Amino acid sequence: MGLILGPFAVIMVLISLGILNPYWTQIIQFALIITISSLGLNLIYGYTGQFSLGHAAFYGLGAYCSAFITKNLHWGYFSFIIGLLSAISLVVVVSFLIGLPILRLKSDYLGIATLGFGIIVKVLLDNADALIPPLGGSRGMLGIPKFTSFPLTYLFFVIAIIVIRNFVFSNVGRACISIREDDIAADCVGVNTTKYKTLGFVFGSVFAGVAGVLYAHLYSFLHPSNFDFLKSIDVLLIVVLGGLGSISGTVIAAIIWTFLLEGLRVVLPPQILDWRLVIYPLLLIIIMVLRPMGLGSGMEFKFLRTSNDKRER
Amino acid sequence: MVYFLQQLLNGLQLGFVYALIALGYTMVYGIVRLINFAHGDVFMVGAYLGFFALAVYHYPFPLAILFAMAGCALLGVIIERLAYRPLRNAPRISALITAIGVSLFLEYFSSLKFVFGPNYLAYPRPFEVCIYQLGSVCISNIQILVIGVALFLLLFLQLIVKKTKTGMAMRAVSYDKDTAKLMGINVDYIISITFGIGSALAGAGGILYGIAYPQIHPFMGIMPGLKAFVAAVLGGIGSIPGAMLGAVIMGIIETMCSAYISSTMRDAFAFAILIVVLLVKPSGLLGKREVEKV
Repeated sequence: MGLILGPFAVIMVLISLGILNPYWTQIIQFALIITISSLGLNLIYGYTGQFSLGHAAFYGLGAYCSAFITKNLHWGYFSFIIGLLSAISLVVVVSFLIGLPILRLKSDYLGIATLGFGIIVKVLLDNADALIPPLGGSRGMLGIPKFTSFPLTYLFFVIAIIVIRNFVFSNVGRACISIREDDIAADCVGVNTTKYKTLGFVFGSVFAGVAGVLYAHLYSFLHPSNFDFLKSIDVLLIVVLGGLGSISGTVIAAIIWTFLLEGLRVVLPPQILDWRLVIYPLLLIIIMVLRPMGLGSGMEFKFLRTSNDKRER
Repeated sequence: MVYFLQQLLNGLQLGFVYALIALGYTMVYGIVRLINFAHGDVFMVGAYLGFFALAVYHYPFPLAILFAMAGCALLGVIIERLAYRPLRNAPRISALITAIGVSLFLEYFSSLKFVFGPNYLAYPRPFEVCIYQLGSVCISNIQILVIGVALFLLLFLQLIVKKTKTGMAMRAVSYDKDTAKLMGINVDYIISITFGIGSALAGAGGILYGIAYPQIHPFMGIMPGLKAFVAAVLGGIGSIPGAMLGAVIMGIIETMCSAYISSTMRDAFAFAILIVVLLVKPSGLLGKREVEKV
């Protein structure tokens, strides 16, 4: 409990004292949003073993769906709730329809198919204004009401961690992990692999959708390029750097990743600011060459472990 | 009908450029099972090297293309040596992430001011464009050049892979790395050679792309790179004729879609067809089905 409330209280105090200016508060919120989305991909890739490169598509679908609703309904936080629920429903339907056929593919082929799906969604968002003008198409969507505040983001962040933890240690989660280890063997012992692969995929995509909703109402501006192929890659980087199948690793990697990108902006002198995006991939390569399994693979905070795990150690 | 044939020709031109990039992907994937995301950026470097050769040093065209190919081959070998070789026995995902890192590095390093700079550059053409009338279809010397050079390189590659000893070693390594090692093949050397040849082809693709669509910038490699990879998957990854077939299909679909439906939707169509093909034939059009092992 202290671990959950502690960071929240510290940041709230820092915000109210004015030590954290709105810019940094926004970055903290962005870090939490990326964490929520990464936790979703960790569920799909880290726990279920399904290589997905189209995560940003669901992030984008959630963001656009919710933004469209809150922009048109003016019922305060109630419209946010409706937007959130409809975004989740949309992501569930789309990820189910795309996941059911596509998840028969294996490893790299699945990755390429999901990458294709991500690019299709991005192109559709680019052209969305032809059908629904308020979506803005390639000009971007403006004037989305700002609902995302730090406490709200933090609430979703905590919910995401609790839900993932309970999911992973449930029977369904165990079935998913068995598919990751060896899906043919899992099939042989009676795990319905299609069902659990799809379930894991839909469930993980919902996290991306929720992250998208928070993102849309944080910046109040959406553009299709915010949800392109590179954004799927960002999340993949976080999940792999954090260590596949590690909740704590994902959280830490997501936060470090966000602050590394922003921190380099602050630390580097203006003359070599252009180097920021050169240093970042170099660090990535070096980390991967030195620690190929990710920084925190197999590591987990105590409160995220089950009683079984504790006995083993 | 004339319009259709004209578009078909444009599609072929684009398809052959994709084919040059796709071959590098398919060869590397066939041997080390790595999606080399940096390949599209090697293609970009090739376009820039060609730009310097043509516009700055005023080399004649054949020399310029050799310059670009040699430069890219060197780059490919260096990337393999520094970034991929240390990860040969690591999980495949780590190598993939490293490839993404190399890709981002090449893009952003190239856009630094003292390297290539972030701006769009107009590509010099080595000779005047002239247009020939073939019945009612027009064909430009640029199109003949692009298709001709690409076909020549593709046949040359086929020859290397099928007839030379190195080619035989490459096929052996892609079939079974460990057994190849037992047979006395220097696997590391063969992998370096594969990266070199693949990158040289991408370099040639870059200079041809620059001449055909005369504008270059440091991020130009992303989309053609992705599409070439998709083409390799479409044709059945690991298969050289498959990569060519897939690339030509991609090029034609893209051009036809721009001509008849909407140019902004062409990427969506290309990838939609990929997904459909994968669902029907998961190993690609000319790929061999892998046996599932328990």
